[in-house]
Amino acid sequence: MRHASGVEAGRRGGAFSTLIGVFGELLITAGVVLGLFVVWQLWWTDVQAERIHSEVLAELDWPEPPAAEVPSGTTAAEGPAVASEHRGEPPAADEAAFAEVFAQFYVPRFGTDYVEPIAEGIDKATVLDRLGIGHYPDSANPGELGNFAMAGHRTTYGRPFHQIADLREGDALVVRTRDTWYVYKMTSSQIVWPNQVEVVSPVPGVRPGEPLPELTQRFLTMTACHPMYSAAQRYVVHGELDYWAPVDEGVPAELLDAGVEIQALADDDAGVR
Amino acid sequence: MMYGLLWRALPGPAWFRALLLLALFVAAVWVCFEWVFPWFSEYVPINDNTVEAHAP
Repeated sequence: MRHASGVEAGRRGGAFSTLIGVFGELLITAGVVLGLFVVWQLWWTDVQAERIHSEVLAELDWPEPPAAEVPSGTTAAEGPAVASEHRGEPPAADEAAFAEVFAQFYVPRFGTDYVEPIAEGIDKATVLDRLGIGHYPDSANPGELGNFAMAGHRTTYGRPFHQIADLREGDALVVRTRDTWYVYKMTSSQIVWPNQVEVVSPVPGVRPGEPLPELTQRFLTMTACHPMYSAAQRYVVHGELDYWAPVDEGVPAELLDAGVEIQALADDDAGVR
Repeated sequence: MMYGLLWRALPGPAWFRALLLLALFVAAVWVCFEWVFPWFSEYVPINDNTVEAHAP
């Protein structure tokens, strides 16, 4: 009896109740899709980008810094040699092609296993979302007079600049090209609007159109989004070159003292006693 | 409604249909992760990190 009347009621509802039913199912589907989008953005982009970053770093196949001389008779573990600090004119890095990975970035403050590739260009889809840190193409090359400026994600897509706000004055920011270490020291941070391009100018703070003073300093600039999970503003960190060192001399003391794993050496550790 | 129709349209016993639905769901998620979400994220700039003269 009840069953029969239910069927009747369904028939009476007719097209209208079907419409409501379909609409409800569409809403449920939309909810699931939005949930999946959040999962994709907050988790999957990290998984994908981190895989690409480690592949890209492994492909570089750069020469290893030499091991330290171990005095005979000692059983001390063999580590890389300490590179001496060069203060003269640093060797100029070659001009990189768009989306070419031309450098590695080491920051002891970000952890001993922190090493990220730096690629040419700041295009979102090809560089920042895939390869990690992007180099502002019009800014200076590593070690060059002017401002070596980089952009990186603070959240999602492998988040190379996730801990940018933890940096303190004097922290080492180390850029390695194939043959040279460039050791910068953090000098200041600031929060700016997205259109304040003066932060990446050859002398940070000089607005476009204003006369540039003669370049005498070698700056480094990092830009990331601020606040986290927002594009409202930019978190900016400035640094200045402290010294440079050739890779065939060893590894900068800043990295060795902090126990940072040097990429390429890390893979071979198992084979070396 | 829609999903009811889909359930009835699928062949085979209930366990087989459930398996098919699961496969369809996984395929839909994959399509979203590979193509739909990367395209959509261009229009949801929640994590831009560059400074540009014409930034919004």
